[in-house]
Amino acid sequence: MDALALFLQTAIQMGTPMLLATVGGILCEKSGHLNLGIEGMMLIGAVMGFKIGQVSGNPILAISAAAISGGLAALIYAIITVTLRGNHIVTGLTLTIFGTGVANYIGKSIVVPALPESVKAPFRSINIPLLTKIPILGKSIFNQSIYVHIAIIIAILAYIYLNRTRLGLNLRSVGENPAAADASGINVDLYKYVHIIIGGALCGVGGSYLSIVEIGWRDNLTAGIGWIAVVLIIFSTWDPLKAMFGAYFFGALRALGFQLQSIKLPFSGETISVPIQLLDMIPYIATIIVLVLITIRKKEENQAPASLGSPYFREDR
Amino acid sequence: MIKIVKKSEVAGIRATAYRLIAVVGALICSALLMLALGHNPIEVFSNIINGSVMTKYRLIETLRRAIPLIILSLGISVAFKMKFWNIGAEGQLCMGAFGASFFALYFPDLPQIVLLPLMLVAAMICGGIWASIASVLKLKFDTNETLVTLMLNYVAIKWISFLQYNLWRDPEAKGFALIPKFSKNAVLPNVFDLHIGWIIALVFAVIIYILMKHTKLGYEIEVIGENKNTANYAGMNLKKVMLIAVFLSGALCGAAGMIQASGVEFTLNEQISGGMGFTAVITAWLAKLSAPAIIVTSFLFAMLLRGGDFLRVQMQIPSAVSDILQGIILFFVLGSEFFIQYKFVFSRKRAS
Repeated sequence: MDALALFLQTAIQMGTPMLLATVGGILCEKSGHLNLGIEGMMLIGAVMGFKIGQVSGNPILAISAAAISGGLAALIYAIITVTLRGNHIVTGLTLTIFGTGVANYIGKSIVVPALPESVKAPFRSINIPLLTKIPILGKSIFNQSIYVHIAIIIAILAYIYLNRTRLGLNLRSVGENPAAADASGINVDLYKYVHIIIGGALCGVGGSYLSIVEIGWRDNLTAGIGWIAVVLIIFSTWDPLKAMFGAYFFGALRALGFQLQSIKLPFSGETISVPIQLLDMIPYIATIIVLVLITIRKKEENQAPASLGSPYFREDR
Repeated sequence: MIKIVKKSEVAGIRATAYRLIAVVGALICSALLMLALGHNPIEVFSNIINGSVMTKYRLIETLRRAIPLIILSLGISVAFKMKFWNIGAEGQLCMGAFGASFFALYFPDLPQIVLLPLMLVAAMICGGIWASIASVLKLKFDTNETLVTLMLNYVAIKWISFLQYNLWRDPEAKGFALIPKFSKNAVLPNVFDLHIGWIIALVFAVIIYILMKHTKLGYEIEVIGENKNTANYAGMNLKKVMLIAVFLSGALCGAAGMIQASGVEFTLNEQISGGMGFTAVITAWLAKLSAPAIIVTSFLFAMLLRGGDFLRVQMQIPSAVSDILQGIILFFVLGSEFFIQYKFVFSRKRAS
């Protein structure tokens, strides 16, 4: 039982950066903009969070730096795709390349890959009294870093925002039919800018989870997590609550890789362990399988925002 | 208020001029960034030029870098022309290198004239099949090809790591995880101090140019990219064209893998592509997917990459700077497309 609780706990931890990035991506895509720069924004957030945390020793500054830098990176994307109507796909890809470069450049100045205790301590797992006593689920959900809780709260807030508020309704109409939204007096470009930037900020915070809590800084530490988030957006059918399950499912897959390493298999007289490189493939192959499954059972109500990926020209109406 | 008004399409030379202005803007922006980071931009740029073309040795090294970029960009351009977003060049290169290495390692004693073409064909087939996974899934299930090709990159790289650390690990390499070096017969010969890959790249460029401009297939690819409905009305076989074009795209990327393995590394390793698959997306896009222009943009980016390495040695600037520069240049060019099609009009009246 303890092993299961530990596994779930790890799955949730490993799913947390994906959850933040996925919710960020959902907000952005709801405005009609497909941002393939998630990986880049996560890397920038990861390095900035770590760097500022190391220099200032202040955990709040560290997370803020991750959010702001992720948001600024998204701003570049917003200027090119919203105001200048650039191609979403290529601009997003460029943002990833640019972000990787920026992150590795700043990363080179990190000589000692360790954070001061003042930054690390607040993010350690904390036991929430009573709730952790629930068998299995208690330990796996409630004995976690505050990051994990923040991510869950953000996902729930995003759900409420999108489905229960006027602003959220406006945002959805911008993504579905920008011309109609414009005609009804919604400032389309403003909505797009704001949500692309908030989305980027969430991606930045997601990246900083990796560098501050999970791994510490190293080059390309996201290793495709940002791309998996792009798939999770579709997987969750643009619903932040479903994104939680998706993210934890992929978190479990990441955790599984680590678990399977220690298993020995009998092979022609000797015991061998499964090569780590093959285990590392699991999340990526699973992503493809999930993607195929989603597209097979497409439903009317589970579609992408109608204007996703196409620029909006008011003058073309 | 500021209004945006559509211009009549700006023709050839003017459009190119806009893009050049964008590149100049990007360079100015990069210079300011350098300044902010505490480097002298003039010194940085002159070092990039100096480090990439100013001596014969450096020029050859730059060309060596340009070869795979040219072939990858050509491959990407075929798919992009159809608006099939193949960003799996990285993985297709790896699988191509794998196919080539298989023959290099298991049949090292075949005569060179047989072995090298065999390796090239194997590489192209492997790369082509790897790319076709995405096109088959797209045709069958309408799966997003961008994400599939991207995920396959990671799978391919992990596969090469697996070969390097397990299956093909050289027991004689002491503690190091290395795949054995190729035999002499499996190594590309030199022509004018540079492996023959440069001739292969140019031949590919000519073939792709003719294919895209002067054949039925090229025309069909272009029409499908412009408008699927038009293509349907015209009675084109969408499925067949997509399968062929994507296979071709992957096959070219695979060929780049063979050339890297056989001409540069003389073996296979997990760093064989080193991000070139992504740089090639940029060079292909900057070249507007035209084969002759790809040669130019690939060479310029090879300069940037080599220059980046030189900067690291000369000025202790991390070579990640070249990634940043690539990003800035493309951002500007992407932004400039707008000014080719639209203009801002300032008027006092409130825009309706």
